[in-house]
Amino acid sequence: MPTPVRQEAQRLFALFKDHGAQAVEAPVLLPAETLLDLYGEDLRARAYVTRDPILGEMMLRPDFTVPIVQMHMAEGAEPARYTYEGDVFRKQEAGSDRPREYAQVGIEIFDRERPVQAEAEVFALVKDGLGDLHCNPITGDIGILRAAITGLETTDRRKAALLRHVWRPKRFRALLDRYRGALPVPTHRSFLAGMDPAHVYAAIEKAGPAIGRRSIAEVAERVGALREDAYTAPIPAEQAKVLDDILGLKAMATDALTNLREFAVNMPQIEGALDQFTTRLDALDAAGVSPDALPFEASYGRSAMEYYDGFVFGFYVEGHTDLPPVATGGRYDALTRVLGQGREIPAVGAVIRPGVVIDAKGDA
Amino acid sequence: MLKLGVPSKGRLMDKTFDWFGSRGVGLRRTGTEREYAGAVDGVEGVSLVLLSAGEIPRELAAGRIHLGVTGTDLVHEKIPVWERQVAELVPLGFGKADLIIAVPKCWIDVETLDDLDAAAARFRIEHGFRLRIATKYHRLVHAHLRDNGVADYQLVDSQGATEGTVANLTAEAVADITSTGETLRANHLKLLGEEPILRSQATLFGSRKANWDADSQAVLAKLSAKMDLALSDAMRTN
Repeated sequence: MPTPVRQEAQRLFALFKDHGAQAVEAPVLLPAETLLDLYGEDLRARAYVTRDPILGEMMLRPDFTVPIVQMHMAEGAEPARYTYEGDVFRKQEAGSDRPREYAQVGIEIFDRERPVQAEAEVFALVKDGLGDLHCNPITGDIGILRAAITGLETTDRRKAALLRHVWRPKRFRALLDRYRGALPVPTHRSFLAGMDPAHVYAAIEKAGPAIGRRSIAEVAERVGALREDAYTAPIPAEQAKVLDDILGLKAMATDALTNLREFAVNMPQIEGALDQFTTRLDALDAAGVSPDALPFEASYGRSAMEYYDGFVFGFYVEGHTDLPPVATGGRYDALTRVLGQGREIPAVGAVIRPGVVIDAKGDA
Repeated sequence: MLKLGVPSKGRLMDKTFDWFGSRGVGLRRTGTEREYAGAVDGVEGVSLVLLSAGEIPRELAAGRIHLGVTGTDLVHEKIPVWERQVAELVPLGFGKADLIIAVPKCWIDVETLDDLDAAAARFRIEHGFRLRIATKYHRLVHAHLRDNGVADYQLVDSQGATEGTVANLTAEAVADITSTGETLRANHLKLLGEEPILRSQATLFGSRKANWDADSQAVLAKLSAKMDLALSDAMRTN
């Protein structure tokens, strides 16, 4: 007799298959290096690492997305819809009673021609799967944040640093404060920035012998970057304010769009991302999800999984702040670019946690 | 019976014996030079357990000893949420060392974690792998780098001679414990100009997991009185 969680997982799996998704499987043991390179060292604190005497470090599957993307990039035809069902493994904080092993049922769509429609489709499908469960969605769009950063009047180096830290809000804030001129430049940096470029190599040699893989040319190059940065004008106050306004925006999607269009007057570079946002809201509307009553938070998804880079969403059980989100999803084009070694494909997906569905219903 | 775990050899053992001795509690090794057995004079009911300093955190967390002397670095690194398992009773004032991050002296552009992060981002693009930091303090170093928003690095395990890993091309930077920084400097490394990850020293810890029956509590009270320390209170509050 399958457990209620397994039954719920099977029900959702059948729903996704009926929707036309192809059922696929993924190994439980995955090479750790690929995952660590993607997510960074922080993943070690969240995923179980084990050692194979021949293959080296292996990881117990922390999610399905990476192996599914790899499978698709290796052999998949386009467009494609996949569904899967199985357990994932996550370490939890000491004292936490959240499960270390839990079921996920997922859907992933790879579609070059109709990316925005695919987003609406995944969202509506998850909503359908959750049925009458009392839960509320939150949506976001990392693409708008990226467009706003790219639109700042500043150097490419500063934009790249901000984009790299979109996922680490504290670091991002510190960088932005520095770039807008709100923080003093540390003494060692102003010293290096003031150094005569002709003397940099001599200064490096005087400091110590060249040891290690990071060459003195790389050190000199960064001194040059610091010099460039020291002579870069601060990000204009009105632009920094637009970015702050966007980061703090929380409203129903229709109202959020109105607000964002107003922000765009001072930052026209986000218009493209807003057009995409508009198309998505239309597609959601057509799929029976009213944007008038769809919560949107521009910063949503920033502290979650690092691979979402466009539309993001989560569903939260009403009155249960103790439970993790019952479903999460989003767009992850950049991930396919990294794993595809030169190739890429627009991809969007989501997972539902049947265990959370059962927990929520059990308490209802 | 109250079980007291102390380091079984070296300076740490000698200094621990001195510290207890100067407070009227004589710790000594018994039997032959190679035998790890000990005795306690001055207080009834204390059983001395000689252990490697690295194993004392584990024994405290498991509750197999009531009290133990070891470095704060080892307790913080080896016991998850250590505050719940052990109480920091008395800092002993020796074995002082800092857990720090060090980089080659020739990296004139790196003085802070902010710099290290920027260098790591660039290094990854240039070399195709994440900048390697050699350490045996994985948990503490990771938590520190995460809290400070450093990305694009990896921790590589080094259980000894960590300062040599940069010259040997097995790491680009190190995170290690040091008291004077002399070995680091001799290996052409410099400390980041920031607060250390942890300031450590030899410390008397009490286990919250040990069986504190009436007998062992009475022995703790006697030990406290003899050494003029409020160990029972510290056990409750620290």
